[in-house]
Amino acid sequence: MKKEEYQKLVSEYTPKENKWKNAALSFFVGGLVGFIAELIALILQNSFGLEVTESYSWVCVIMIFFASFCTALGFFDNWVSKCKAGLFLPTTGFAHSVTSTALDYRKDGFITGLGSSFFKLAGSVILYGIISAFFLSILGVIIYG
Amino acid sequence: MILINAFLVSGLFCLAAQILMDNTKLTPGHITSLFVVLGALLSFFGLYSKLIEYGGAGATALISNFGHMLYLGGIEGFHEIGILGFASGLLVKSSLAIVSAVVFAFVLALIFKPKN
Repeated sequence: MKKEEYQKLVSEYTPKENKWKNAALSFFVGGLVGFIAELIALILQNSFGLEVTESYSWVCVIMIFFASFCTALGFFDNWVSKCKAGLFLPTTGFAHSVTSTALDYRKDGFITGLGSSFFKLAGSVILYGIISAFFLSILGVIIYG
Repeated sequence: MILINAFLVSGLFCLAAQILMDNTKLTPGHITSLFVVLGALLSFFGLYSKLIEYGGAGATALISNFGHMLYLGGIEGFHEIGILGFASGLLVKSSLAIVSAVVFAFVLALIFKPKN
């Protein structure tokens, strides 16, 4: 069998995902995450008298804890595979990737497994975030002063 | 109403990410890295602060906020102690997200077993 024929066969049998459904679900779930985040922030501001930026920091920690906890309990994986970008684009996705690798690689030992694989998925976010922000902040200081 | 704005900002970012993922061969890892860089870029053009003003926690809940925080950290570091500040200040603001994710993940990995 030639390579092109094989490619064609593979693409025929790859399950077609409904793009419209995915897009609508991502918009709705992602929006809901933002809505709940803002709701918690408003509650923190009004009931606990926190400053706006401080309330956002607390929301961030709460979301990370929630996502990590649900990942550890085992049902966040299903949610992410159903809701896709709606859940992996918010900070919940970052927490999910760290916690799921930590859980998966713990069996290989604390140093060679958990330690060395901890940032296997989240590492690229940190790496490219730092690289881009480092050079952009230097450029920003040069341009804007 | 800021709650609706938060819904719109967060929802539209996720929608853009999903459309990008469905029409290219990029994985979630590619998309999140791309959106962090996008966050830093928007911050560079002064747009991310406006997005936070408009959408509140809907904008800070996104992974792009990580890039924004890194950029702001670098700028603030420079204004505090000069050139060294680019390196020493870069992670200051985003330390919250990284440290809390690391601590929760580690402690939970000690307590729970993976379920498949």
